[in-house]
Amino acid sequence: MPITSPEKYWWKPADKQEKIWITLSLIWCLILFAMMPLWHIYGKQNPSAEPLKIRPADFMKVSNVFIEKYKVGEESGIAIVEPPAGVDVYLRGQMWNWVPILKLKKGVSYKFHISSTDLMHGFSLQPMNMNFQIVPGHDNILNFTPTEAGTFHIICNEFCGINHHTMVGKIIVM
Amino acid sequence: MTNAAEFRTCPITGKKVFKTTQNLMWINAVTAVVFILIGGIMALLVALTRWPAVHLLPADLFYRFLTAHGLNMLIFWIVFFEIAGLYFGSSVLLNVRLATPKLAWLAYLLMLVGAVMVDIMVFTGRADVMFTSYVPLMAHPLYYLGIILFAVGALIGCGIFFATWAIARAEKTYEGSVPLVTFGLTAAAIIAVFTLSAGAIIYIPTFLWSLGIIKNLDAAMYRLIFWGLGHSSQQINVTAMVSIWYLLGALTVGAKPVNEKICRTAFVLYILFINLASEHHLLTDPTLSSAHKIANTSYFMYLAVLASMIHALAIPMALEVAQRKNGYTKGLFEWFTKAPWGQPGFPALIFSLFIFGFIGGITGVAYGTEQLAIKSHNTWAMTGHFHGTVVGGTTLAFMGLTYYVIPLIFRRELIGKKLATIQPYIFGIGIVLMSLGMGAAGTLGSPRRHWDVTFAVSIIPFSFDPTVILFTTVAAIGAMLAVTGGAIYVLVSVLSVFFGRKMAANEAKII
Repeated sequence: MPITSPEKYWWKPADKQEKIWITLSLIWCLILFAMMPLWHIYGKQNPSAEPLKIRPADFMKVSNVFIEKYKVGEESGIAIVEPPAGVDVYLRGQMWNWVPILKLKKGVSYKFHISSTDLMHGFSLQPMNMNFQIVPGHDNILNFTPTEAGTFHIICNEFCGINHHTMVGKIIVM
Repeated sequence: MTNAAEFRTCPITGKKVFKTTQNLMWINAVTAVVFILIGGIMALLVALTRWPAVHLLPADLFYRFLTAHGLNMLIFWIVFFEIAGLYFGSSVLLNVRLATPKLAWLAYLLMLVGAVMVDIMVFTGRADVMFTSYVPLMAHPLYYLGIILFAVGALIGCGIFFATWAIARAEKTYEGSVPLVTFGLTAAAIIAVFTLSAGAIIYIPTFLWSLGIIKNLDAAMYRLIFWGLGHSSQQINVTAMVSIWYLLGALTVGAKPVNEKICRTAFVLYILFINLASEHHLLTDPTLSSAHKIANTSYFMYLAVLASMIHALAIPMALEVAQRKNGYTKGLFEWFTKAPWGQPGFPALIFSLFIFGFIGGITGVAYGTEQLAIKSHNTWAMTGHFHGTVVGGTTLAFMGLTYYVIPLIFRRELIGKKLATIQPYIFGIGIVLMSLGMGAAGTLGSPRRHWDVTFAVSIIPFSFDPTVILFTTVAAIGAMLAVTGGAIYVLVSVLSVFFGRKMAANEAKII
């Protein structure tokens, strides 16, 4: 019984069925083990691999410079920004907006710098459902290439205070 | 204080049950049930708010009650129950008096004071920070202090478990090796020690930060160490739950492990590798390198998955062998169809095993891949995953065990045996619907910890595919069933413990 001590010599060889099961499980674990690094080499969608720390106040400054330079309009009080190809894109999570609204071109590669100037936020691109943790003090650097035109939304999926559920951003791809 | 040497002999197992152990198990288990009641009421209110057709609470109360739900369920209910389990696994199963019962009472008081402090802070709106309390979101200092006190109490509880083990060994109250259930609980206690240490490493500076003594805490560093507590504490639950599966197998059909070596090796794999699962939370984080993420979550973690796969064979195998010995030998599945489905322990065991493995486990391994984490991180699919593991798995196993602990240890006959028997079915089916509903809505992008997935008040208009609302409703209906099952559990266990017929000393009835 599992509630009584086992017989004196319990270190016994496994049975055939047990050996088969454990071998199969181990093979499956090895396949899983290989998949993650392989996808890094051959896959096209991977999390950020460029570590960079940035103080929230500094991120506020650089993202404001970016917004002023390439601003093309405004919607609901939030700047609409159209960065030319080859320019680094700064996206700021703050209570409770994603700033700015971005206008991007299909097929062009953009280097995104996403960070927060206050609390933790969750970058959640819809409807493709791609999610990244946005941490104040750290720059989440991601390379995006829009592959289809249309309007996309960014919701926040990390709790960031009382109006967390109103935090929605927008990316327009032309 | 009762005499530390006073004991009775269990008429069924022949184990010595010491009065001090019995009292301490009683107080910890009863307190656990009080906290599942609080957490359950919160669960009901939170579920009724996420259900778009009802949308019960205002936003501030929703986030506050969600914080309370997480803490009361994930920490207070489970850890109090586990401390009772540790005292059982050491003192009762090893036939020995509990080491330092006075210290055990101190541990209990620390945990209770800590838990009450945390609940007061949360319910008075001074800690709307969610279970994770991610820096720089700040709670009242007493919130952090409450968690520290609770963790210190739990750590003392683990120490008493090891000390009791040592006394049993010194006084030779058992022969050869410890029973498998004690072995599994030992693995759980070892995991608890490094888990609670991670908790101390992060909560003490956070407490000082909330007092203004420390000026800056790095948010990413907080996440890394916090999950050493946050996820690893769930690994304590997994390990304790697997031990309880073996125990329930023995109590319901007389199952004994087929190969002790294999079962015990699997527990050792848990000790060595399962902590790394906490890295899964950080897969979409900035700053950590890919090599770091891959080494922790890909290479080592799968050895813990292997351990779960081994238990997934060993437990059903033990059940089948026992049932065939019981005479159910017809065909491939008579052992399963003729199992004791009419007593609560067996359906609780089977539901727990299946929900943990097929809903909680599989999703956990899948979302723990770096690239799939992009598709699931912080979505409601995560909530679906851990309700499969910790609610459908751990909580249901603990519930099933309670119906045996009451007559065997507390010597009270169950009130409402029929209710107790249908309870695992209602709770299990509820959790299946809820977890799958959450998983489906989350896969379509629905976020976790969100007051309004219809985005009725957002500045920039947005709405999900309507299927999200459909699956949210499925999850909510599942939640209603689960809450009903939870209510039955609380009702039956409270009534039985306080008003159940006291059983005679020699009454050898399991349930």
